[in-house]
Amino acid sequence: MATDVSTKGPDLRPDPQPPMVGGHHSFDSMTEKITGVIFAATPKGWIVGFAIAFMILQVLLVSVTYLIYEGIGIWGVNIPVGWGFDIVNFVWWIGIGHAGTLISAILLLFNQTWRTSINRFAEAMTLFAVACAGLYPLAHMGRPWFAYWLLPYPNTMQLWPQFRSPLEWDVFAVSTYFSVSLMYWYIGLVPDFASVRDRAPNQLLRMIYGVLSLGWRGGSMHWHRYETAYLMLAGLSTPLVLSVHTIISFDFAVANLPGWHATIFPPYFVAGAVYSGFAMVINLAVPIRHFYGMKDFITDKHLDNMAKVMLATGLMVFYGYGVEAFMAYYSANEFERDLMMKNRVFGPYGYFYFALIFCNGLMSQVLWFQRVRSNEAALFVISLVVNVGMWLERFVILMSLQRDFLPSSWGQYSPTFWDISTYIGTFGLFLSLLFLFCRVLPMISIAEMTHLLPESHVHSHKDSHDHSDSAHGGSH
Amino acid sequence: MDAPKVKIYGLVAEFETPTQIVDAANQAREAGYTAMEAYSPFPVMDLHEAVGFKRTMLPTLAFFGGLTGFLTAFSLTTFTSGGAPSFINPFLPDWFYYPLNIGGRPLNSWPAFIPPEFELTVLFASITSVFGMLLLNGYPRLYHPLFNVPRFSRVTTDRFFLCIEAKDSKFDLQGTKQFLEGLQPYEVSEVPE
Repeated sequence: MATDVSTKGPDLRPDPQPPMVGGHHSFDSMTEKITGVIFAATPKGWIVGFAIAFMILQVLLVSVTYLIYEGIGIWGVNIPVGWGFDIVNFVWWIGIGHAGTLISAILLLFNQTWRTSINRFAEAMTLFAVACAGLYPLAHMGRPWFAYWLLPYPNTMQLWPQFRSPLEWDVFAVSTYFSVSLMYWYIGLVPDFASVRDRAPNQLLRMIYGVLSLGWRGGSMHWHRYETAYLMLAGLSTPLVLSVHTIISFDFAVANLPGWHATIFPPYFVAGAVYSGFAMVINLAVPIRHFYGMKDFITDKHLDNMAKVMLATGLMVFYGYGVEAFMAYYSANEFERDLMMKNRVFGPYGYFYFALIFCNGLMSQVLWFQRVRSNEAALFVISLVVNVGMWLERFVILMSLQRDFLPSSWGQYSPTFWDISTYIGTFGLFLSLLFLFCRVLPMISIAEMTHLLPESHVHSHKDSHDHSDSAHGGSH
Repeated sequence: MDAPKVKIYGLVAEFETPTQIVDAANQAREAGYTAMEAYSPFPVMDLHEAVGFKRTMLPTLAFFGGLTGFLTAFSLTTFTSGGAPSFINPFLPDWFYYPLNIGGRPLNSWPAFIPPEFELTVLFASITSVFGMLLLNGYPRLYHPLFNVPRFSRVTTDRFFLCIEAKDSKFDLQGTKQFLEGLQPYEVSEVPE
């Protein structure tokens, strides 16, 4: 294993030479390790895991089929709570996706080489999470075969969508987000598809991966254009990811409703998205590095860094809760104050609020301790708790709908069987896609990982190969 | 030179380190070769300059892509909402004019149009970057003469290749071969077309 040079105690200097690649790897052994997973016989554990995920996926299919057959009356939504599990889960899944973009784009721009080994599956996680999220608005339409009415296109009815509505902004934001994430992910995969093609044990695999690689052969000008495009996509994704969750927070914040109409929403939604996203990346990284023996690539240092990001974003989220409560009090508006105290904190779902404060605010404070951050099992559990907490956050916000301005229009929401089964079902979709991804695609970026090795650098003639500058990454 | 039975695409020399390939490319360029390309498993800094390429025009393309996206969303939202200056509206086709009067609020509510404008700017710029990159690079191209060289499959793992193409005016099978061997490669091979 690599020597751990992480500093103890508060040290604000950048880590001198973080061991981002453990073990002793050459270009060849690294490529072999990552592509080997694809060519190896299907592991038994994979079959069992995929079978379970695939069964859960059937729950989704049944739920959605029945929904389309019967209509959204099978859900618990009604007036005054016209949005229930569907938007809670929509926002939750989208938020999870954001960590993937943050890791792949923002950390690239900040030249954080530790992102390299986790960016591929974090991006995959983004895509699959956005796919799960996208199902909810479609399903909630009741008549999803008219979903294309959301798109602006000249039609015989001579109608146009309401471009001033946050829900229409969602259409632009989420579809752009999905498209850009997909392109970014695919472009990242192209050189790796070529690596797989060149190591394929038989003609069929060579052809499949050859087509996927588009014929990549790594010419210097190709790499130059590739890196330029990759960097531009990173630069474009960065404001995009912030805009997406900002726009999703507008779904709430633009409404003139107590508990929703707050300017704190966009920043704390974005922070919360990153918070839950990193939690999900840890939830995925811990099993992956175990079962596939990738501890040399996804090192303890990676987990430590991700835990720090979680701690930071968790504090931002916690601050957001504080500001929400304070602004409700400080506004001196009786509706705001009543909503905060009588509905949110001590209302019908008051215990959810306390659970939320525990999961999102208090639990993550243990991440201050190095000993916790270096303990995989603890990190895994904390991340699960954070994901639950972030789900609770959206649910608690949604339940503002229970208390309108007039007591005569109050009501109570509770999910039905089909609400819950649809939610469980999306895990089946997410996990099935992830299992397939781990099986057939290189789950760690080969080209970028080999670039982390000291041998990948050009030395002037008098230098010998100096292995100490291993931290240098994609700075061009 | 005798007309070879197999048409030759060029000569390819294999190197083992990034330093060697950059040196080799520099020497080949200084020797006057122009139609050549260096291949590597990962981006090697400044290799494209050593081979004699200039910067890519991709950022310019992406800028105009983004501009197109912005203008598309801007005209879409503004014109269909009836937000354009009133002398323009009579020229808009019926299907492109759909003003919604909601409580007398202004038709040209431009702040509310910023999110679609922003998103389409990003979308179009991204599409231009990605597809521009692929098209400028000539992808997809599933067949390439270099794939006829068995050892070239290591270009995606750990080897670096410099290919001088036959279309180069200075290309001469024997002379170029000697030149490449002078660069101390691991191996020099002919690339059949």
